Amino acid sequence: MRLEGKGIIDRTREVSFRFDGRDYRGFRGDTLASALLANGVKLFGRSFKYHRPRGLLTAGPEEPNALVEVIGKTSRTPNTRATMQEIFDGLESRSQNRLGSLRHDLMAVNDLVSPFLSAGFYYKTFMWPRHFWEGLYEPIIRRAAGLGSLAKVHDEGVYEKAWAHCDLLVIGAGPAGLMAALTAARAGADVILAEEQPLTGGRLIADGGLIGGDPAAQWVHRVEAELRAMPNVRIMTRTTVTGAYDNGTYGALERVGLHRSPRPNLPRECFWRIVARRAVLTTGAQERHIAFPMNDRPGIMLASAVRTYLNRFGVAPGKRVTLFAANDQARQTARDLMAAGVQVAAIIDPREDVSVVEECPVHAGAVVIDTKGRHALQAITVRKGSETFRIETDCLAVSGGWNPGLHLTCHMNSRPRWSEEIAAFVPVEAAVPGLAAAGAANGSFSTHGALTAGRLAAERALAALDLRAPDLAVPAAEDTPYTHRAIWSVEGAKGRNGRAWLDFANDVTVKDVQLSAQENFASVEHMKRYTTQGMAPDQGKNSNVAALAVLADATGRGIPETGTTTFRPPYVPVSIAAMGAGGRAKGFAPERFLTSDQASRDRLAPMIEAGLWYRPSYFPKPGETTWREACDREVRMVRGAVGVCDVSTLGKIDIQGPDAGRFLDFVYTNTFSTLPVGRVRYGLMLREDGLVMDDGTSARLAETHYLMTTTTAAAGQVMRHLDFVQQAFCATWKLRLISVTEAFAQFAIAGPKARALIDTVLDQPLGDLPFMGVRPVSVGGVEARLFRISFSGEEGYELAVPVDYGEALFRDLVARAETMGGGPYGMEALNVLRIEKGFLTHAEIHGRVSADDVGLGAMVSPRKDCIGRAASQRPGLWGPEREQLVGLKAAGAISAGAHLFRPGFAVERENDQGYVTSVCWSPTLDSWLGLAFLTDGRARHGERIRLVDHLRGIDVECEVTHPVFFDADGGRMRG
Amino acid sequence: MAELIAKAALDGQGPVTRAGLVLSVLPPAPVWSIAPFPGEDLTPALAALGLDFPAPGRSNRAGDLRLIWTGRDQAFLLGGRPPEGLAAAVTDQSGAWAGFSLSGIGGEAALARLVTPDLRLAAFPVGHVVRTGLNHIPAIILREGETEFHIRVFRSMARSAWAELVEVLEHLAARAAAVQGGASAPARTG
Repeated sequence: MRLEGKGIIDRTREVSFRFDGRDYRGFRGDTLASALLANGVKLFGRSFKYHRPRGLLTAGPEEPNALVEVIGKTSRTPNTRATMQEIFDGLESRSQNRLGSLRHDLMAVNDLVSPFLSAGFYYKTFMWPRHFWEGLYEPIIRRAAGLGSLAKVHDEGVYEKAWAHCDLLVIGAGPAGLMAALTAARAGADVILAEEQPLTGGRLIADGGLIGGDPAAQWVHRVEAELRAMPNVRIMTRTTVTGAYDNGTYGALERVGLHRSPRPNLPRECFWRIVARRAVLTTGAQERHIAFPMNDRPGIMLASAVRTYLNRFGVAPGKRVTLFAANDQARQTARDLMAAGVQVAAIIDPREDVSVVEECPVHAGAVVIDTKGRHALQAITVRKGSETFRIETDCLAVSGGWNPGLHLTCHMNSRPRWSEEIAAFVPVEAAVPGLAAAGAANGSFSTHGALTAGRLAAERALAALDLRAPDLAVPAAEDTPYTHRAIWSVEGAKGRNGRAWLDFANDVTVKDVQLSAQENFASVEHMKRYTTQGMAPDQGKNSNVAALAVLADATGRGIPETGTTTFRPPYVPVSIAAMGAGGRAKGFAPERFLTSDQASRDRLAPMIEAGLWYRPSYFPKPGETTWREACDREVRMVRGAVGVCDVSTLGKIDIQGPDAGRFLDFVYTNTFSTLPVGRVRYGLMLREDGLVMDDGTSARLAETHYLMTTTTAAAGQVMRHLDFVQQAFCATWKLRLISVTEAFAQFAIAGPKARALIDTVLDQPLGDLPFMGVRPVSVGGVEARLFRISFSGEEGYELAVPVDYGEALFRDLVARAETMGGGPYGMEALNVLRIEKGFLTHAEIHGRVSADDVGLGAMVSPRKDCIGRAASQRPGLWGPEREQLVGLKAAGAISAGAHLFRPGFAVERENDQGYVTSVCWSPTLDSWLGLAFLTDGRARHGERIRLVDHLRGIDVECEVTHPVFFDADGGRMRG
Repeated sequence: MAELIAKAALDGQGPVTRAGLVLSVLPPAPVWSIAPFPGEDLTPALAALGLDFPAPGRSNRAGDLRLIWTGRDQAFLLGGRPPEGLAAAVTDQSGAWAGFSLSGIGGEAALARLVTPDLRLAAFPVGHVVRTGLNHIPAIILREGETEFHIRVFRSMARSAWAELVEVLEHLAARAAAVQGGASAPARTG
C-alpha cells in the first residue's frame, strides 16, 4: 500500500511492468520488490526445498526469498533479486521454482513430507542400490532442485569489462563512506566511491535523522554534490564490490542497463577490476532475523526492510504491523510507521527490563512462538512468561541485531573476530592488505560513530599515500549506544512441530543444525555441508551467524570456539557473461589476416583457421563441386606448371650480431655458424627435454645477420624460447633478435615453370641461384628477398617483399602464373604436396617425438652442444622400441588418427603398433598416402599393416613405406 | 617487370567519432627497430639526431623523429630511418604495425575497457609508452598528448583491434546517451 507524501520515488513518472503475467504500475525509483509490495503483492517465490510460499525478507542485496526471472526479448535472467531490480517501462518478470502457479505450486507437496526431508536425507536415503544413483535418483533430484531456469540460447546481450585505478577505493556510500570519500577527496586523492544502490546515503536514506542540525538527506545531498564536482572523484552507483584480491585489486559489478529498457550497444552489466592503493570498507551492517517457529511467512520481514519500504519507497508493508525486536534501535520502525499513519499492533521485546513507553502496546519479556497464514501472515502467537496470546497482524518486523558487512575482509582467508559487546563478528585489522573497515562494517553502529570512523579511516589511508588530511570537522549526529540482547532462536510451544528457519534460501531449520551436531557433524564446516546452510545464492548472508550460534548451543561450545565458515568472492552473484565480457564470438581471439586475404576471397577461396590466421583452403574453379577436385587440380598444377601460395604466416625472426651464428648453433641441433652468406639451411630445434620443438630454415643474409623461419603454429613459442635462451643462458653474447613476421609478405612460387615466372617479375635477370640460396632482388623498384627453398618438392622459390606490397605482388604473381597454366594453391594442395615428399608439419612434430623418431637423429650434431641434446640422448628416446616415422600406401581411404595393428592380431590397446598423423589422396601417385609413427618403423618398410579407425569405421590394410613417396632423390627441387 | 602499389593496413578506413572521442588510422610512416648490442652505448650516435635511447616506458622526440621504448633493450624509431653503422640490430618494421590515434577527453576510460595498466595522466604522462594487451591483442600504447593516445598493433590483427576499439566507443556512446536520456537516479526530496 502506497502512502501519500512518503518516500523519495519520483511520483511524476509512472512506470508499468509485468510480474507473472499481470500488469502493474509503480514509480521511477521503485524496485520490483517495492512496486509489487505497493500493489499488495506479498507472495514472491517458493523456497528451494519445501517450496514454502515466501515473501520479502529484506530490501537489499542479501534477499534470500524474492528471486525472480527477468525476461527480455532474447534473454532470461534467473535468480534476480527483486529487491535490487529497479523497474522500468516494459519490465517483464516472473516467479520461479514452482510447478504450476506461484499460489498453487504442485511441488509444495514437499512441505507436507518435510519431516522426512531433514538434513542428510539424501545421503541416507539414496544409497541403495548403488547403481540407482546415477540412473534414477540423481536425475530426479536434479529435476526437482535448482532455482530459476536458463533460456538455453546464447546470451547475446552486451556486456562490458573494464579496469579502474585510484588512490582510495571507498566501498559503500553510507555516512562512513561519504565521510571517508570527502576527507580523501579534499586531500587531493583520486577517489572511487562505489555504491551498490542507485543512491548514496546508505541507511540514512531510510532512517533519516539529523546531521549537523540538518535532515540527513540534505547532508548526503551536499556531500554528494561536492564530490561530483571534484575531478579527482568518481562516484559509481549501482556498483557492488564483489571481491578483494591480491595487490589492492577489487572486483566490482556495475548494473549499467539492467534498470532500463534495452538500448542498442548499452551494456547490461560491467565487470570492473579496480586497482586501489588503499581501500576503506564502509558496507554498513545487515540485520539478523530471529529463528522462532514458522518465521518464514510472507509478511515477516526485517525491521530495517520495513523502514526502507516505508521511508525510501513510501510503501506500508502491512496494515497492522507488529515489531519483534531485541534492541532499542529497531523501535524506530514502530515510531516511523505510526508517524506515517500505519497501525502498529504491538512491540514484542524479549528483554524484561526495557521501556514500555511507546504509542503502542509493548510486551517486554515476550517472544513470538508461532505464526499463521499460508500465503500471507495473518496472526502471531506470543508467549510472555507463562501466558500465550494471539495478535492479528499482517506484517511482522523482526530485528535480531546486526552483523557488520565484513564479507570482503574474509576474501583473502582471514577470519573475523567475535565481539561479545555487539554479539557479532567484526573484522580483524589488515585482514586484506590496504583495506580498513570503518563504521557499521567495523561494528560501530551509531551515525556519529560512522562519520568519525569514516574520517579516521580516510586519514590513515592519506598518511599511507603521503597526502595531508584536510581539516574536516565531524558534524553532530545521533550517537546513542547500541543496546540489545542477543537472541538467536525461540522454542515453540510443547508438542508443536514448529519449524524455525535459519537459512531461507536453502530451507535449513534450527532442527537441521541440531541434527547435524547430534550426528557429529559438529564442526561449522561440516555442519554447513551437511545441512547446506549458507550455500544458496545469498551465501549465508542472512543465516551464517545465527546458524553457528545454534550450533554452538547444541554442542555446548561458545561462539568464538565454534568459529565461522569463511566468506569467499563474489559477494553477490556475478553473471558469467559480465566476467567474460568481450570474449564471445569474435572477441574470443583476434583474427589475423594476410595481405592476400581479399584477393583470395575474391577468388571464392574458403578460408580456414590456422592458429589465429585465416588461410585459403583451395581456389575453386567453375564446374568443381568438391574441395577434392580443386585440391587435385592445384597439386597437378604445381607438379606440372607453377603455383603461387601465400606463406607469410610462417614465423620470421631476425637475428643480428657477431654472436648470431654461435647462438643458432646453440638453439638448433645442427650447425649454422658455418653456413655461407647467401645460403639457407634446414634446422631442427629441440626443447630442453630433448623432444622436437620446431623445424624450419634459416638464411644467412650477411656475416652477422640471419633470418630464421619457424612454422606457423610454433612462431610464438619459438620466439619466446629464443628470448628465454638469450636472456637466461647467453645474456652477454652480442646478438639481438626480433620478430619480422609482420614486416614481410612472402609467397611460395613452385613448379617446373617457377623459374620462368620469377624471371618475369624481377627487375634484373635472376642468373644462377642455387638450391638453398638467398639473394636480395628488386621487384618493380621494391627491395625484396628471394629464397630458393621448396616445401613442395618442385623447383621452388619464396619471394619476400615489404608487407605493404603484399597484396599487389600476390595479385600480380597469380595473374602471371595463370598465363603459364598455373595459378594460386591453397592449404589443401600444400598439404598433399608435402605429404608426397614426406615433409613434416606439427601433425608429426607434435611435441612427443624425438629427432630420431622422425628420422632426423643424424641432425643432432655430436660435435657441439645444443639445447635439448643431452636429454635427447637418454635411453628410451631413440631406438627400435620407439614409434618411428613411416609412410603408408593404401588402395582405399585412410584417416589421420587411425591406429596400426599387425594383421591377424586383435584390435586391442595391447597390440597397438602406432598411429597415423597425416593422410591425403595423391593425384600424383594415384594412391592414398599417409604418414604414421610405427614401432621400429624404419626396419619395417615393405610390411603390411592393418589400419583401424573406429570413429570413421575404417579398417584397411596398408603397405609400410619410406616416408618420402615422390622424387626421393630430390632431383626436381634441385633443378 | 612488375609494378607494385603499396597498401597500408586498414587502407581507406575513415575515422570514427563516438562519445566525444575520435578514432582514426595513423598515416603510414617509417618504423625501425633499434636494439643496441650488449655493452654498446648509442648515446653519441643518437645525440646527433637530437635523440636519446629511452628508458623503459619512456620516449623522446626531435622534430618528426620519435624514439619510443618497445621492450628489453629495444626501441622503435618513428618517422625516419636510423643512421648507418649503429652498434645495434636494426630492422625495418614500417608495414608491420598498424597505428591508431584515439583523441578526445576520456580516452583513458575507453582504453580501460581493453587495457590493464593505469593510463591516467598522472600515472602515464605525455610521452610515456607501454607494451600491453589490447584485450587479446599485443599492442604498443603511447600517450601522444594530454588527450591523445597512439596505439600500435600487429598489422595482421589491425581489423580485430579496430573492431574492439569501435565497440568500446559504441558502448561509451550508449552509456552517455542513456544518462542524458533521463536522470538515472530518482529525484531526491527532503
